Amino acid sequence: MNLNATLIAQLVVFFILAWFTMKFVWPPIVKALDERAKKIADGLAAADKAKADLALAEKKVVEELRKARESAGDVRASAEKQASQLIDEARAEASRIVSQAREAAEAEAGAAAQRAKEALRDQVANLAVAGAEKILRREINAQVHAELLANLKQELQ
Amino acid sequence: MATEGHAPTASEYVVHHLTHLNNTGHAQQNIVDWTVINLDSMFYSIVIGLVTVFMLWLAARKATSGVPGRFQGFVELLVEMVADQAKGIIHSAESRKFVAPLALTVFVWIFLMNAMDLLPVDLLPRIWEGIYAAGGGDPHHAYQRVVATADLSATLGMSCGVLLLCLYYNVKIKGFGGWVHELFTAPFGNHPLLYPVNFAMQIIEFVAKTVSHGMRLFGNMYAGELIFILIALLGSTATVFGFVGHVVAGSIWAIFHILIITLQAFIFMMLTLVYIGQAHEGH
Repeated sequence: MNLNATLIAQLVVFFILAWFTMKFVWPPIVKALDERAKKIADGLAAADKAKADLALAEKKVVEELRKARESAGDVRASAEKQASQLIDEARAEASRIVSQAREAAEAEAGAAAQRAKEALRDQVANLAVAGAEKILRREINAQVHAELLANLKQELQ
Repeated sequence: MATEGHAPTASEYVVHHLTHLNNTGHAQQNIVDWTVINLDSMFYSIVIGLVTVFMLWLAARKATSGVPGRFQGFVELLVEMVADQAKGIIHSAESRKFVAPLALTVFVWIFLMNAMDLLPVDLLPRIWEGIYAAGGGDPHHAYQRVVATADLSATLGMSCGVLLLCLYYNVKIKGFGGWVHELFTAPFGNHPLLYPVNFAMQIIEFVAKTVSHGMRLFGNMYAGELIFILIALLGSTATVFGFVGHVVAGSIWAIFHILIITLQAFIFMMLTLVYIGQAHEGH
């Protein structure tokens, strides 16, 4: 338990070691620690942000789904409306065509009946003339008796 | 030690173990002698100091902000512990740039120097005796103490280093005038009659801090070393009781000593921070 020059030497060693640590050991380690702390903080912030983003996205998805469902309903309603309109139109068109056809047929039938009547009238006139010929036993001049025949035809009408 | 045909007595054994290897070749005669230097203390403290800074440097060299390995993690743990303590005690970030690394060095260095106590007490001294005898020296004078912190000169050397830092920071933070003013006006107050008392108290405080700082570490380690020597003496009785006692007491004391060496290193570091922190604050 003596004091000697070891004291001075130890004091010098003490400062040299401390200086070395200050210069070469402390800064890189503290730098690494700070950087890692920052990295971790950034990572945590990113995770929080991702979580918030996810929640937002989920909300958006729900909203979009709701919109899609709504618009699908709209589309279906308008399609149904259009379909029924088309059907109505087709039905109207069909009935129009049918009535037109009926009219045309009726007109044609009327014309045919008229033609038949006329033909019949001609034949009746001819028959009448032939009958009269037979009755009179002599030939009637068609040109001479045309007026008579026309009158007869007129009466038959 | 037993070259002259007789085993050393217990007293000779203990004295031999407690004598430093110094530049004079024999035990120091005076209590204070500045011409003597303890070669063993210097050797072990410098070698262990180099190991300390090399180990720390190894970790610092590869320090990355990525995933740390076990060794890097361990050193980072130490750095973080010291940095936290320093932050709590010294409020000047500028001073911390030097004081925190200093505290880290002190902690690891003193811990490793203390840990030399856990080596068998006779291991390194015996090896040295062999070398010394092979070199033609008298093994009786082959002194060797491996625990540098059980050398009062070494521990007071470190505590004086802390004292110098305290004085430096006192002047740096308060200015020379401010510090002198504080020396004479604190702790009792600014009155001419109180100047001598204040000054005396301040000087006592500085001396007491420094001496207790060094003495505490020295006392603990010296006592620990002495108990290891006494336990070794128990074993040297070469009886069943001695052998069993050596094993049991040696184990218990070594396990307990793990706590002491860590605690003393921690205390020395904390007091270093506290004393330097006090130098930053006015009374």
